[in-house]
Amino acid sequence: MTPEEILERAQALLSETQALAEQAAALAAEAQAAAQPIAGAAVGGGSGLDFLLVGLTVFVLACFVGYYVVWNVTPALHSPLMGVTNAISSVIIVGALIAAGPADFTFSSFMGFLAVTLASVNIFGGFIVTQRMLSMYKKKQK
Amino acid sequence: MASFAVLAYLVSSVCFILALRGLSSPETARQGNIFGIAGMAIAIVTTLALADVVNYLAILPGVVVGGAVGTVIAMRIQMTALPQLVAAFHSLVGLAAVFVAAAAFFNPAAYGIGEYGAIKIGSLIEMSIGVAIGAITFSGSVIAFAKLQGIMSGKPLVFPYQHPLNALLGLVTVALVVALCTGQSPVVFWAIVVIALALGFLLILPIGGADMPVVVSMLNSYSGWAAAGIGFTLQNNLLIITGALVGASGAILSYIMCKGMNRSIINVILGGFGGETAAVAAGSGEEKPVKQGSADDAAFIMQNAQSVIIVPGYGMAVAQAQHALREMSDLLKGEGVDVKYAIHPVAGRMPGHMNVLLAEANVPYDEVFELDDINRDFGTADVAFVIGANDVTNPAAKTDPASPIFGMPILDVDKAKTVLFVKRSMASGYAGVQNELFFRDNTMMLFGDAKKVCEEIVKALD
Repeated sequence: MTPEEILERAQALLSETQALAEQAAALAAEAQAAAQPIAGAAVGGGSGLDFLLVGLTVFVLACFVGYYVVWNVTPALHSPLMGVTNAISSVIIVGALIAAGPADFTFSSFMGFLAVTLASVNIFGGFIVTQRMLSMYKKKQK
Repeated sequence: MASFAVLAYLVSSVCFILALRGLSSPETARQGNIFGIAGMAIAIVTTLALADVVNYLAILPGVVVGGAVGTVIAMRIQMTALPQLVAAFHSLVGLAAVFVAAAAFFNPAAYGIGEYGAIKIGSLIEMSIGVAIGAITFSGSVIAFAKLQGIMSGKPLVFPYQHPLNALLGLVTVALVVALCTGQSPVVFWAIVVIALALGFLLILPIGGADMPVVVSMLNSYSGWAAAGIGFTLQNNLLIITGALVGASGAILSYIMCKGMNRSIINVILGGFGGETAAVAAGSGEEKPVKQGSADDAAFIMQNAQSVIIVPGYGMAVAQAQHALREMSDLLKGEGVDVKYAIHPVAGRMPGHMNVLLAEANVPYDEVFELDDINRDFGTADVAFVIGANDVTNPAAKTDPASPIFGMPILDVDKAKTVLFVKRSMASGYAGVQNELFFRDNTMMLFGDAKKVCEEIVKALD
C-alpha cells in the first residue's frame, strides 16, 4: 500500500466516523425527545391531562392495595385502624405546607397556615391515641 | 417537583401501607404505627426541603400549636370517648382539605396548575370535588361529634322533604362546579363550600345514635376521598395513594358495620331508623313476668358454672364498667371457671370499640372473640352474662320476619344454660324491639347500673 492510499483510506474512515457520530447525535436527541413526556408525567410536571392519567392509575391501584390490606386487619383492631387512617389522612399537610411556604405571605399562605395547624392536631393526636390503644392490647400472661 | 421528592413520597406511601398491614395482628400493630409515624415524618421533611417552601415562620407556629393541642387531647381522652374523638379528628381533615383547596384556587402557581383566574379545567374539576367532599366531611363530622358527645340528641332528626332537599343541594353543587369551570369566580368557589357544608349537616342529622358506627366509618372514608381529590389537584401521588388507602378502609368498615346490622348502606344514609318503631314496641309491651335476681344469686350461679361467656355492649361503655367486669372475671377464673368474651361487630359506637375498652381493663386479647368464632360455644356454655347489650342477642332476628332487626346476625346467648342480663330497666333496645329472652325461665335479670352490679357481684364472690 502506498502512503497516498493509506492517507486516502484514513480520510474516508474519518468522514465515515463523522457521519456515524452525527447520526448517533441525531438519534440521541430523538430518544431524549421521546423520553421527555414520560419523564414529565412521572415527575408530575407534565401537562394536566398527563397527570390525570398517571394519577388515576396510581389511585385505582392504591384502592386495590387498600382493599386487600384492610380486609386482613383483625376486627379486634378496627378502632386502632380508624385512629391510624385518621392520622395518615392528614398527609394533606403536604399540600398545606406548599401553600404556606412561598416567601411572600398571601391569602393562600394564610389558608395554608390554617390547614397546617389543623392537620398537625390530627397527626399528633391520631398517632398518639393509636399508640395508646395499641399499648393496651396484651396477651394472656402465663 | 424535584425527583428526590417524588421518591421520598413513594417511600412514605409504602410506610403507610405497612402501617395498615401491621394491624393484621396485635403483635405487629405497634410496629405498624411506627411505620405510619415514619412515613408522615418523611413526607413532612421532604416537603419542607422543597425549593419553594421557604417561609418557615408561616409553618412552624402551626405545627407547634396544632401538635401540642393534638398531643394533649390524645393523652387525656378517655377510651369510652373514642368515637367522638375520631369524629372530631375527621372534621379537622375535612376542614384542612377545604383550606388547601382554597389555597390552590387563589395561588395555583405554587402547585404548577396555572394562574389565578386561568386554572386548567381538569384541575378545577378535581379541586371542586376535593373541596366539596372536604366540606361534607367537616360538617357531617361536627354533627356526628355532637350526637356522640351528647350535645345533641342521638335521636334521628327527620323533617319533611328531606331527601328532595338533599338531592336539590347535590344538583346545585354540580351546577356550581360547571359555573366554576367556565367563570373561575371566587364567589362560586365559596358557594360550593357553603352548599357542601349544608349538605353534610343535612346528611348526618337524620341518622340515629346507634347507627354511629356506620357514620363514623363513612366519614373516615370521606376524609380519605377528600385527601385523594386534593392529591389530584396538587398532582401529588402520595396524597392520592394515602387518600385511596383511607377511603378503602373506611368503606370496608362501613360495609362490615352494615352487615352486622343487616342493613344496606343506602338504608343507613337515608336515616330515620329507630325513631318511629320505638313507639310501636312501647304500645305492645304486655306485662309478662320476669325473673329478677340479686348480685348474690348471680355470683352463686357463675361460681358453680364451668364456662361463662360475657357479652358486653354499649351499656358497659356508658357505665364505665369494664374494670369492674374484669375484676369479676378474674375472681371467677380463680375459682376455675372458664371465662370468655364475645363481641358483636356493631357493639359500641365505633368499630372495635368494645375490644379497646376490654384491652384498657387489661383483658388479654386472646380471651376476646368475634361473633363467628364464638357463636358455637354458647351451646356448651353454662352462663351467658350479657352486660349492656340487648338487640345483638335478640332471637327475634332469626325467628320473627316482621321484626325490624330480622336477618341481623346475633350472638346465640339463648343457647346457654342460663342467661344473666345486666340492664338498667326493662326498656327495649335501640331498635325498639322487645327481647323475648327476658321472659324465659332460664333468664335472670340483674337490674341496675352495669358498674354497680359488677362491683356487687365481686363483693359477693369474695
